[in-house]
Amino acid sequence: MAEPLVALRGLTVDFDTGKRVIRALHGIDLDVAKGEAVGLVGESGCGKSVTWLAALGLLGKQAHVGGEVRIEGDNLVGAPVATLERVRGRRIAMIFQDPSSSLNPVHRIGRQLGEALTLHRGLTGASAAAEAQRLLDRVGIADAARRLGDYPHELSGGMNQRVMIAIALSGQPDLLVADEPTTALDATIQAQILELLGEIRRETGMALVLISHDLGVVAENTDRVCVMYAGRIVEDAPIATIFGGASHPYTRGLLAALPELEGPRRRLVPIAGVVPEPWNLPSGCSFAPRCERVIADCERAPPASEFLTPDHRVACIRAGA
Amino acid sequence: MLRYLAARLLRALLTIFLVVTFAFFVLHLSGDPAMMILSADAPPESIAAFRAAWGLDRPLWVQYLNYIAHALTGDLGNSMRDGRPALDLVLERVPATLSITLPAFALKLGIGIPAGIYAALHRNSTADRLTMLLSVAGFTVPSFVLALVLVLVFSVQLGWLPSAGSDQATSVILPIVTLGVAGAAILARFTRSAMLEVLGQPYIRAASAKGLSWRRVVVEHALPNAAIPTTTIVGFMVGTLIAGAVVVESVFAWPGIGRLLVSAVSNRDLAVVQAILMLVAATMVTSNILVDVIYGWIDPRLRSKGVVDAS
Ligand SMILES: Nc1ncnc2c1ncn2[C@@H]1O[C@H](COP(=O)(O)OP(=O)(O)OP(=O)(O)O)[C@@H](O)[C@H]1O
Ligand SMILES: [Mg+2]
Repeated sequence: MAEPLVALRGLTVDFDTGKRVIRALHGIDLDVAKGEAVGLVGESGCGKSVTWLAALGLLGKQAHVGGEVRIEGDNLVGAPVATLERVRGRRIAMIFQDPSSSLNPVHRIGRQLGEALTLHRGLTGASAAAEAQRLLDRVGIADAARRLGDYPHELSGGMNQRVMIAIALSGQPDLLVADEPTTALDATIQAQILELLGEIRRETGMALVLISHDLGVVAENTDRVCVMYAGRIVEDAPIATIFGGASHPYTRGLLAALPELEGPRRRLVPIAGVVPEPWNLPSGCSFAPRCERVIADCERAPPASEFLTPDHRVACIRAGA
Repeated sequence: MLRYLAARLLRALLTIFLVVTFAFFVLHLSGDPAMMILSADAPPESIAAFRAAWGLDRPLWVQYLNYIAHALTGDLGNSMRDGRPALDLVLERVPATLSITLPAFALKLGIGIPAGIYAALHRNSTADRLTMLLSVAGFTVPSFVLALVLVLVFSVQLGWLPSAGSDQATSVILPIVTLGVAGAAILARFTRSAMLEVLGQPYIRAASAKGLSWRRVVVEHALPNAAIPTTTIVGFMVGTLIAGAVVVESVFAWPGIGRLLVSAVSNRDLAVVQAILMLVAATMVTSNILVDVIYGWIDPRLRSKGVVDAS
């Protein structure tokens, strides 16, 4: 495999809440190749957002980040602020779950877009305005020239997410991390936004990390999926492999809970039990208490990640069995 | 927007009218000016003459209508004590009061806002804890206690500053500091929590994710938003520029509105009290309107709502 664009190596995050230290990530290994679309799925709280916020150094002071985040020779973990600022928006851009509150309510759309254009491309004045208009056009906002003068509260959630995407595009990033970009939007808009991300990706060759708790959404929009559980990646494989032969019982559980578009309707099977609290993880495999295939060995130590094939890795001692 | 302002102005006038009316009845029913001004053992005939001269013998509602009719023409009556127009007496005192409340206001803003911002940006640091500790102390200690402590230290012990009066250039210092400390404390606390609230918003993280430096995120994205709630409290402080110094003026024998109010109330010098209350109500109401205008200016969400309200 070629040199990845971004490589996370043993990424850990500990939150110091004053009372106790909570480990949210237990060593994430994840490569994103140039132009690739990777999905990141898992239940709420499993660490999807924290992974990428940590990578960009956006977690604030009570978070202690360990491991490595490699991008073109730089390690972002513990890097000087200047290095991080050069990467944010320009190499790796990020959009978030709630577009309307991700835009500053007191500044016009045009200003928020122009700010990024000035920062990343040195555009000012008329050339910045022209480019801002072109970008709004590109993300499918009608009447772009007039919209530049609007405030976020004057636009719908879907429109605001388009604006966020335009801002992200203004730095011409190599990778866009979309953190549940459509969760707050209704179904039709959701499909449009995902469609737009796909188009842009094909056009620009930008890589995409699509964070979602919906395996179906990820399957339709990415090449490869990483399944996270309680701060670890438990399975990582191409979409076809996941649907053809997922190895981790948790991934299988997610698949069983997925409504089928074709074929006979069947009862959806949610995974029994609940995610353990991050400060109360079992000593062995975190999924063991909910696992149908659990054996005594599972409770001994967290299972290491093993490659079943060069593009399929899984963290389960029973994966081969 | 114009219609909105007109509505606000009408409401403001109504507020002032209600204050004046309420004060009129409370003052007239709570004590007899003749007794207070002439003293209780004055001969009955001079008391009767005094009351007739000031119209106090007429039915209360007649007095009230009379007062309102005159007030509408700008005549707020005369002081019963020295016969001069009440409004003149009051306006004469305004410069003295402003000469301590304006610098105190600047002190509140100049210390309170930066301290609050600094504390929020360094949350849980020693500096933050210290600022908040001082802030709690600053607004829990009553101003007369603080005044006495300052006098003890700077006048009695060190002999640097006069303890009261207004005859020296340095006389203003202690009243200003006393007034400023409590306000700065309140403002620091308020600014800090407004800032913390804003810093926790998703658009702050999004602005950082764009690649903006932390400094620009704070200055261009956090501060304008934190200014919105802070404006409320600053506006309230503008409203107290005239009447907020009653205690401090009394303690330091400062010849401003506050002291005039205290003596006018204890003398039942009705016209003077009324004139002061009217002035106070007017400043408060004006500052409220000012806050609304500033709100509309910094918060686009309210701007469009204001227009909707007015239509
Ligand atoms: N600032 C913080 N302080 C303490 N714990 C935190 C903080 N931020 C996140 N966490 C914890 O880290 C874990 C991972 O959170 P994260 O937001 O990454 O979940 P997620 O997978 O993105 O979930 P969701 O689908 O709800 O967005 C959670 O257990 C969460 O409680
Ligand atoms: Mg999340």
